[in-house]
Amino acid sequence: MDKRDNLIEVRNLKKFFSIGDNTLKAVNDISFEIKRGETLGVVGESGCGKSTAGRTILRLYDATEGDVLFEGKSIMNLNQQEMKAMRRNMQMIFQDPYASLNPRMTVGDIIGEALDIHGLATGQKRKERIQELLSLVSLNPEHMNRFPHEFSGGQRQRIGIARALAVEPKFIVCDEPISALDVSVQAQVVNLLEQLQEKMGLTYMFIAHDLSMVKYISDRVAVMYLGKMVELAESDALYEKPLHPYTQALLSAIPIPDPEVERNRERIVLQGDVPSPMNPPSGCHFRTRCPKAMPECAASVPVWKEVEPGHFAACHLYN
Amino acid sequence: MQNLTKEHFEPISVDLRQAEAIKRPSLSFWSDVWRRMRMNKVAMASMIFIVALIVCAIVVPWLTPQDYFTTDLAGKNKKPSAEHWFGTDDLGRDVFERIWYGARISLQVGLAAAFIDLIIGVIWGGLAGFYGGRVDEIMMRIADILFAIPYLLVVILLMVVLEPGVGTIIIALTITGWIGMARIVRGQILQLKNQEFVLAARSLGADANRLIFKHLIPNALGPIIVTLSLTVPSAIFAESFLSFIGLGVSAPIASWGTMSNEGLPAMKYYPWRLTFPAIFISMTILAFNLFGDGLRDAVDPRLRK
Amino acid sequence: MERILDVKDLHVSFHTYAGEVKAVRGVNFHVNRGEAVAIVGESGCGKSVTAQTLMKLIPMPPGEIKKGQILFNGDDIVKKSKKEMESIRGKDIGMIFQDPMTSLNPTMTIGSQITEGLIKHQNMSKAAARDRAIELLTMVGIPQPERRVEQYPHEFSGGMRQRAMIAIALACSPKLLIADEPTTALDVTIQAQILDLMKELQKKTGTSIILITHDLGVVAEMCDRVIVMYAGKVIETGTVDDIFYNPQHPYTKGLLRSVPRLDLNRDEPLTPIFGTPPDLLRPPVGCGFTARCESAMRVCQEIDPELNDISTTQRAACWLQHPLAQNRA
Repeated sequence: MDKRDNLIEVRNLKKFFSIGDNTLKAVNDISFEIKRGETLGVVGESGCGKSTAGRTILRLYDATEGDVLFEGKSIMNLNQQEMKAMRRNMQMIFQDPYASLNPRMTVGDIIGEALDIHGLATGQKRKERIQELLSLVSLNPEHMNRFPHEFSGGQRQRIGIARALAVEPKFIVCDEPISALDVSVQAQVVNLLEQLQEKMGLTYMFIAHDLSMVKYISDRVAVMYLGKMVELAESDALYEKPLHPYTQALLSAIPIPDPEVERNRERIVLQGDVPSPMNPPSGCHFRTRCPKAMPECAASVPVWKEVEPGHFAACHLYN
Repeated sequence: MQNLTKEHFEPISVDLRQAEAIKRPSLSFWSDVWRRMRMNKVAMASMIFIVALIVCAIVVPWLTPQDYFTTDLAGKNKKPSAEHWFGTDDLGRDVFERIWYGARISLQVGLAAAFIDLIIGVIWGGLAGFYGGRVDEIMMRIADILFAIPYLLVVILLMVVLEPGVGTIIIALTITGWIGMARIVRGQILQLKNQEFVLAARSLGADANRLIFKHLIPNALGPIIVTLSLTVPSAIFAESFLSFIGLGVSAPIASWGTMSNEGLPAMKYYPWRLTFPAIFISMTILAFNLFGDGLRDAVDPRLRK
Repeated sequence: MERILDVKDLHVSFHTYAGEVKAVRGVNFHVNRGEAVAIVGESGCGKSVTAQTLMKLIPMPPGEIKKGQILFNGDDIVKKSKKEMESIRGKDIGMIFQDPMTSLNPTMTIGSQITEGLIKHQNMSKAAARDRAIELLTMVGIPQPERRVEQYPHEFSGGMRQRAMIAIALACSPKLLIADEPTTALDVTIQAQILDLMKELQKKTGTSIILITHDLGVVAEMCDRVIVMYAGKVIETGTVDDIFYNPQHPYTKGLLRSVPRLDLNRDEPLTPIFGTPPDLLRPPVGCGFTARCESAMRVCQEIDPELNDISTTQRAACWLQHPLAQNRA
């Protein structure tokens, strides 16, 4: 694979939080690349570290260990001034359309903030740029003086997208951007993200727990479980031939909106809950719920390995 | 059902813009607060009382011919009359006049103490909450230690060291008074700084200054203002109390506290000398408290029972 | 089939500063004994308000039941007093909420929250109630029930809390279970567990279920019939097969088209429904969906369509069903 194609490279990234005397290994040694112009989906259940990974990649959290390269350049050692400039390249769209917009600021000021911080436009030009951004996400430019609470969830999420686009970034981390929205509105936001990607050549890291939407939007999909990446593959390959038992269970758990299919479906229902990330099981973290667990799963951590071309998995079944 | 014709079933083009139109009137946070505030009659009455008090304190001594210090031994301990609305005291000074001078002192102390509390409290609590961790721990421990010193002790010590007077009272009240504000602000900031909109601003490259003053403080403003509005009456009461026990302003300056003190021994024969300052203390504190309560409900309607 | 619940022309409003928000505007539906019925729709369509009104759980004021009947076993719930409602809640109708943490009492053990209803409604002795609680916890698949009855909600994980919630709701063997987004807050693998459990329990106890959800996948898996709500009204009802394979209302069609499907190719484009639902502070005169509807006609703006029979099982409220519009549909 041509290395120059990688917009983002994540190398052995770790992010630990200390909580009292315990260490929460939220992200525990993950490595992957995101190619220019692609959408990498990251899925997993709550507590798997997918959001922490996204935030650490953007240096909203300081990494415990590891490196993140943007266009081949490490961002971990940039000083404050350099990091501020780097932020124009990488942006984020948040999950909660209610908490992600400052309730005391008008929509115009929320979107204009990026312009102010980086000195991109002032006065009349600022106003025009804000209105242009609002139109870009199909919102009425006349609404720039309204407050966030006057908008619906989907409209607010589009305001968040306009804010991220204000600095003309190359890379956007979408942190569960649709999980708080109504189904009919989810498609609006996803379609908008796809249009913008095409128009502006954006690269996305799309974090979600909804696998059907991730499958729809992503070129490649990574599956995380308790801070570790367990599988990474081309979207179609992952859904057609999931290798890791966790991925298999995850896919099987999703109800399909088709009564006939549902009546004739055998599903793998995992037993028990996700263990606490404070105190994960030894060896393979998934072994306590894995229907195919073997003695060696408790003994050693499975290696991250390219099982098939472009299809990675960390599971003792493939060692 | 009415008659339907073929024309009724003509297709119409749907303007999608219109489906997005916002129909409700635009309402900013503060106009919403004001709307809720206006519905609260008690709070509105209190507010009117406070405004009237402030206006009178400024205007009355300036409009009336009497002053607060001229003694008239011939006309001492006079009952309220057309000439002396609230009567006179044991030195023949006009009580009505002294009440409004006292109001000036009370309001000065109340507003100044609240203002100083606000400045120190917001900066201290804001820094502690924003930086968190070690900084937070050290700053809040200092506050805890200061808070543990009995405030009467501080006042007595200060009165010994400094000249008794309005300035000294304000210093005495604010030396520990800001801690409550600092705690409120710190709690708010701690809660707000992990909100997604703050993360969003950080990912845009916002510096500490912008985060604190554009994102954190404006969202903590509600509780700050409420705390502020409740600091005023407690400072007014503290001043009256200190003056009453002789630790406050000294003669001939009129304060509601000193007036009550002087009126107390004569309560049996010349009740107006105690009654008027006492009524004004109570009414003022009550009004500020009710106003503060109303403001709290208006700022955060979830708190209302 | 025996109707256990019959809702007739229900109107619910909320009085806000800006005026009266007509959240539910004339809803009619019924639930048969032993049946699982889904109410689907976007947020603000009135589905949760309807469900809460069935239990009279909406705060009044600002809420108000303006009109209508809720016949539960022939008795009108709208006319019941607070006291009478207390004996219906928990005993005849159980409810499961989206967030088990806020609906469980954090200061009471799970055991005493289950036994509370048993002692109150069924006059059980304390010891008998405790045995029944353990039995219920076993039934909902909570391991070590003898130990778990003594524990507090915070000692349970999210999935376990929802199981406990179900145990509480089922304690007095209610005839009707209302589940308001019971799996929305849960992870997919846990959701699968809970849905399995609910299906199994329904088979075992024969309870009727009203499932409020926005997840069409969950509907397809769980339910017999579907009620589609939009802007405070029922716009289509039918069996799951009717709704999924032969939807009549453009909104139902739009809803189905906007959901991606795991089992289909990703090349198929998603078709969102444009715009947002109308503000029910000022509900539109005609059909509430007109402004977002691709097949809108002049009549849609002027007169609100009524529910019409499509077949013996399916009904839809849309002018496209009118004979004069047939050539267009």
